[in-house]
Amino acid sequence: MATPLVVSEVFKSFTMHLRDGIKLPVVKDVNFSVAAGECVVLGGPSGIGKSSILKMLYGNYAVDAGQILVDHKDRIVDIAAADPRTIIEVRRHTMGYVSQFLRTVPRVAAIDVVAEPLVARGVEAAVAKENAAELLAKLNLPRELWSLPPATFSGGEQQRVNIARGFITSHRILLLDEPTASLDATNRRVVVEMIAAKKEAGVAMLGIFHDEEVREAVADRILDVSAFSPRKAIAA
Amino acid sequence: MTDTPLLKVSGVSKFYGSRIGCKDVNFELWPGEVLAIVGESGSGKTTLLNCISTRLLPTAGSVEYRMRDGNFRDLYHMSEAERRFLMRTDWGFVHQNPADGLRMTVSAGANVGERLMAVGDRHYGKIRETATDWLGRVEISADRIDDQPRAFSGGMRQRLQIARNLVTGPRLVFMDEPTGGLDVSVQARLLDLVRGLVNDLGLAAIVVTHDLAVARLLSHRMMVMKDGHVIEHGLTDRVLDDPREPYTQLLVSSILQV
Repeated sequence: MATPLVVSEVFKSFTMHLRDGIKLPVVKDVNFSVAAGECVVLGGPSGIGKSSILKMLYGNYAVDAGQILVDHKDRIVDIAAADPRTIIEVRRHTMGYVSQFLRTVPRVAAIDVVAEPLVARGVEAAVAKENAAELLAKLNLPRELWSLPPATFSGGEQQRVNIARGFITSHRILLLDEPTASLDATNRRVVVEMIAAKKEAGVAMLGIFHDEEVREAVADRILDVSAFSPRKAIAA
Repeated sequence: MTDTPLLKVSGVSKFYGSRIGCKDVNFELWPGEVLAIVGESGSGKTTLLNCISTRLLPTAGSVEYRMRDGNFRDLYHMSEAERRFLMRTDWGFVHQNPADGLRMTVSAGANVGERLMAVGDRHYGKIRETATDWLGRVEISADRIDDQPRAFSGGMRQRLQIARNLVTGPRLVFMDEPTGGLDVSVQARLLDLVRGLVNDLGLAAIVVTHDLAVARLLSHRMMVMKDGHVIEHGLTDRVLDDPREPYTQLLVSSILQV
């Protein structure tokens, strides 16, 4: 089987047309890969481009140059050049993303928010809901909340819904953008265990973790994003 | 993932005299895909939607649709009768103003049943049963089936219009500002409903909206229009998170945050 995720010579900048078209370089010449069963953590100070890298891999940001190669159903897809339909297909089956914040859909119950990615993959609704319930229980989300839409939940509760939604499927690649940022110690430990289980299952993970304890516990390797910073090159 | 599109739009232009309605628009739409067309009023969104849905004859270009037998037909080389039949059965059109898409002086049940009769249903009991089922799916209680839409609120009328359009199991639905003019709580309910139905039924849809939040929630892909031209086109998340064109950046930066 091919390496699940390979990033090669990726460059990214933003052109701010509302500010006289100034060009903000974000990252340059990004090269790395993530193997199956490995958790790579992006390191470096805030604003260095860690989240931007995750967003490029997930297709939310376009790239200026380079390739993002994903092993999708035994063929290699270049996210940097793929059409929207292919990216959606890759997201459904191969690459999951746990963001810092939950984008809530009005009126949809927490348990259905969590079950949705499974349903989208063709799992029967009742089975998907059972799996969702299991995960929410594991993450200690009070049962009374399951049938409520998460819009009014606290930050930590929303984040747990988000984590459950990201971990429910068996995607081969998982991108984690500070999934433990607003969790208490008990739930952080639960997430660490869940990440360990994903590793065991051969999932390739790439994440951002500011919490040192969590980082120590999950990282197989730390990738210093400052090495890809164009600003450092200018300053030097 | 099917490898044949449902709809192919090539070089569609519409001129009103020398004024541009929309110019040289090209795209393909696949089954199960929701495309949002965004832009401010007067940008040509509705003109484009009308040209694609045969409600307005384009000045140039072609629109091809894959019929249920698998063959592509150019919509503007069909007879009027064929086009009307397609509109009534395989397509839906949800108007911004429900009064444009409903018959206001016949009952809610008849509004839904009429589309069923257009596809050949004749059994009164069955039609009524299906109509009741669909009213339930759009959250209109069964005891309102004999009321006329005149007696319904704006949100209910819009939901009835959606039921009327979806009852025949269309493969393609056009929506022109489906949540425009509704208050926010009603809007949320409608969006949730449309999203659920699109997912469950695997419909393809083209949604015209000026509301970027609606586009984010409903669509996979997005087209940004300005002065009749498509200026940006891509994955909805990408267009909203990393807009490339000056006008798109202006649109995205003008969204009110709650």
